[in-house]
Amino acid sequence: MSSGLRPVRSATEADLSAELLVRMHGLMLKARLLEERLIQMYKQGDGYFWIGGPGEEAFNVPLGLLIDKGSGPQHDYCHFHYRNSGTLLAMGAEPIDALRQMKNTATDPYSGGRNFVGHYSRREWNVVPVSSPIEVQYSIAPGTALAQKRAGGRGISIVTGGDAGTAEGDFATCLVWASRPANPLPLLIIVTNNHYGISTRSEGQHGETRISDRARAFNIESKTIDGNDPGVSYRELAAAMDYVRTERKPFMLEAVLSRLHGHSSASGANAVLDEADCLKGFERTMEERKLMTRAQMDTLRAEFTLELQEAHKKVRDEPQPTGDTIFDHVFSERDLVRGDQ
Amino acid sequence: MSTMVQAIRLALHVAEERLGVTDIFGEDVGPPLGGAFTATQGLKTTWNSPLDERGIVGAAIGLALAGQRSVAEVQFCDYIFNSIDLLKQGGMIHWASNGDWNCPMTIMMPVGSGIRGSIYHSHSFDAIATHIPGFKIAIPSTPREAYGLLLSCIVDPNPCLFLVPKALMRVRSQPGEEIPGEPGDDKALSRLIDAPLGDRSKWQPQWPDTPDLFIKLGEARTVRPGRDLTVVSYGRTLPVCTRAAEELVSEGVEVEVIDLRSLWPYDWAAVKASVQRTGRVLFVNEDTEVTNFGEHLLRRTVDELFYELLAPPKLLAGAHIPGIGLADNLEMASVPQLASIRTAMLDLARSQP
Ligand SMILES: Cc1ncc(C[n+]2csc(CCOP(=O)(O)OP(=O)(O)O)c2C)c(N)n1
Repeated sequence: MSSGLRPVRSATEADLSAELLVRMHGLMLKARLLEERLIQMYKQGDGYFWIGGPGEEAFNVPLGLLIDKGSGPQHDYCHFHYRNSGTLLAMGAEPIDALRQMKNTATDPYSGGRNFVGHYSRREWNVVPVSSPIEVQYSIAPGTALAQKRAGGRGISIVTGGDAGTAEGDFATCLVWASRPANPLPLLIIVTNNHYGISTRSEGQHGETRISDRARAFNIESKTIDGNDPGVSYRELAAAMDYVRTERKPFMLEAVLSRLHGHSSASGANAVLDEADCLKGFERTMEERKLMTRAQMDTLRAEFTLELQEAHKKVRDEPQPTGDTIFDHVFSERDLVRGDQ
Repeated sequence: MSTMVQAIRLALHVAEERLGVTDIFGEDVGPPLGGAFTATQGLKTTWNSPLDERGIVGAAIGLALAGQRSVAEVQFCDYIFNSIDLLKQGGMIHWASNGDWNCPMTIMMPVGSGIRGSIYHSHSFDAIATHIPGFKIAIPSTPREAYGLLLSCIVDPNPCLFLVPKALMRVRSQPGEEIPGEPGDDKALSRLIDAPLGDRSKWQPQWPDTPDLFIKLGEARTVRPGRDLTVVSYGRTLPVCTRAAEELVSEGVEVEVIDLRSLWPYDWAAVKASVQRTGRVLFVNEDTEVTNFGEHLLRRTVDELFYELLAPPKLLAGAHIPGIGLADNLEMASVPQLASIRTAMLDLARSQP
C-alpha cells in the first residue's frame, strides 16, 4: 500500500521567504481541515458523495498561489480534476463554498447543487467546470491555450489529472495538440501521480518508467518531482510556469504524491496511515527551522476547525435547489463572445 | 446557383469576415485540400488539425471557453462516435456550471447515405445528436438553408451541430431559392470561389457579396402545402419526399411537406398545425429506426393529437442494422428511397379506420 515515498522532511531552499512558507502552511492546514470536514459531512449524511485531495496539499497549494487568476486569455485557464480543493483555496476560494457543494445547496456557487463536491467552476477566475469523466480536460485544454497563444501576453492554460487517467486517449491528444510544430501551445500539463486508479496500482498497468518520459517523444520539456514537498513543488511549479509563460510552449510536470483518504467515499474515505503525509512533514520542518512553534500551529488548527464548524452549521440551514429549476440553463441567451456579462 | 457545399463556403466566409469566427479547423480543412468535400477552400482562418476527432471537439470546446467562435469539422459523422463524451461535455457546460460558462461552437459534419459510401461513410447522426441535450442541431436540405442555418449556428451562444447531408452537397439551389448576391450563372460562381485543380498556391478566391442571412433555428419550412397528408422530414430524404408528393398529385393525393431543418429546437407548432389540418402524418428520416428522433415526434403526436388523427401516425426510417452495405441493392434496401416513401405516403393517405 505504501507509495514508496519517505515521510517528507522538506529541505526547503532559502529562496522561499519565511513569510511564504508560513502562508503555505496555513493554506495546507486549512485545505486538509476542509477535506476532513467534507468527509465528516459525508459520514454524517450531509452529502451523498465525497472526493477530494487530502494528501495533495503540498503540491496543490503552491499551484494555486502561482496561478495568475482572472478572466479571459490574459490570465491562466484552469482545467482541473476533482482533487484540486487546495488549489482553489490558495486562489482565494471560500471554504464554505466547498461545503455548499458537498451539501448540494442552491447556494453552491460552482454548480447550484448539481454536481459533486470538488467539481469547481468559476468563470471570473478562468476555472472551467470540473467534470467527472476522467481525462477529458486534457482534450479541452489545448483549445484555451490556442486562444492564449494568439492573444499574446503571459496567460497560460493549466491542466491537472491523475496517473491512471493518462491511459486515456485524451492524454495523448494533449501531447500531440500542445506540441504541433505548426503551433506549440502555452500549456502546463500536470499529472499528480499517487500510483493508484481507485484500487488498481499503476505498476501492473503502466510500463513507462515515468509518466513524464512520454513528453520526450513530443519534444516537450518535462520533469518528475516530489509533490509531497511544498518547497520543491513551489520552486518547480514556478520554474515550469515561467517557461510556459515566456516560451509559449508546453511543459509536463509529474508530481509524485500521496492519497491520504483513499479514492473517495466509495472506498470508505478512511485515513490511510502508511503513506507520507506532506502536512506532518512540513510542520516538522517549520518547527525545526523555527518558523512556527507547535503551539502556534495548534492555535491555527483550532481556529480553522472552529471556522469550518460554523460554516458547516450555516450550510445545513441553506436551501436546496427546487425541482422546478431543472430546465434552467440548458441554453444560454447571453452571448459572452459579444461581450454580454 | 450554388451547390450546398459552395453555400457553406460562402457562409463561412461571411462568418470569418463579419461574425467573428476565429478558427475553422479539422482534418484536411485548411490548405491545400480545403476539406474532404471542398467546403473550406479559400477561407482565411482555416487550419489542418491532427487526425484526432476527440482533439477536434476538445479544442472547439476550449476555444469556446476562451471566448472564441470556431467552426470545427469532423470529416464524416461516422468518425465522431469516439467523441460522444466530449459532445456531452460541450452540451452540459452551461447547465453544469449553473449558467456561469457558455460553450459557443459549431461542429459541422457530413451525414447520411446517398453516395455509396459503404459501411463507414453512410451513418446518420440525428438520432444520437438529439440524445445530447444542450446542443442546437440543424440539418439543411437546400444550399440557401445551409447558408442561413450555418450562420445562425455560428452566432448562437450555445453549442451547435450542423449536419450536412452528403447526398445533397452537390445539389444546386432551385430558381427562386438563391442566396442573395450569388451570381445566377453556375460557372461564374465556380470561377470565383472554387479552387482550381492542381497547384493552388497562387489562387485567391473572389467572394461575391452575400448578406448576413440568418434562418432561425427552430423554424420549419413548409415546402409544399397539401390537404390530405402531412409529411415531416429533413436532410437527404426531404427532397425525395417532395418528389414523391409531386408524383402523387396525379393520384389525386395532396401531400403537405414540412422540412424540419432544425432538430433542436424543433418547430412543433408547425407540425401540429399541419397535422390538425390533415389528420394524417408520416415522419421520414434515414437514421436507424429504433429510438429514432421520428419516434419522439410520433410519441408527441399521439400524446397531443390523438383525437384529431384520421389514421395511425407513421414513421419511415432506416433499417435497424449496423451499417449500410456498399452494393447498390443493399443501400437502397437500407434507407428510405423514392419508391418506399411514395408507397408509405399513398398507404397513409388512403388508410381508413
Ligand atoms: C472516463 C472515466 N472512466 C472511469 C471513471 C471512474 N473513475 C473515477 S476516478 C477513477 C480513477 C482515476 O485515477 P487517476 O487518474 O490516477 O486519478 P486519482 O483519482 O488517483 O487522482 C476512475 C476509474 C471516470 N470517472 N471516468
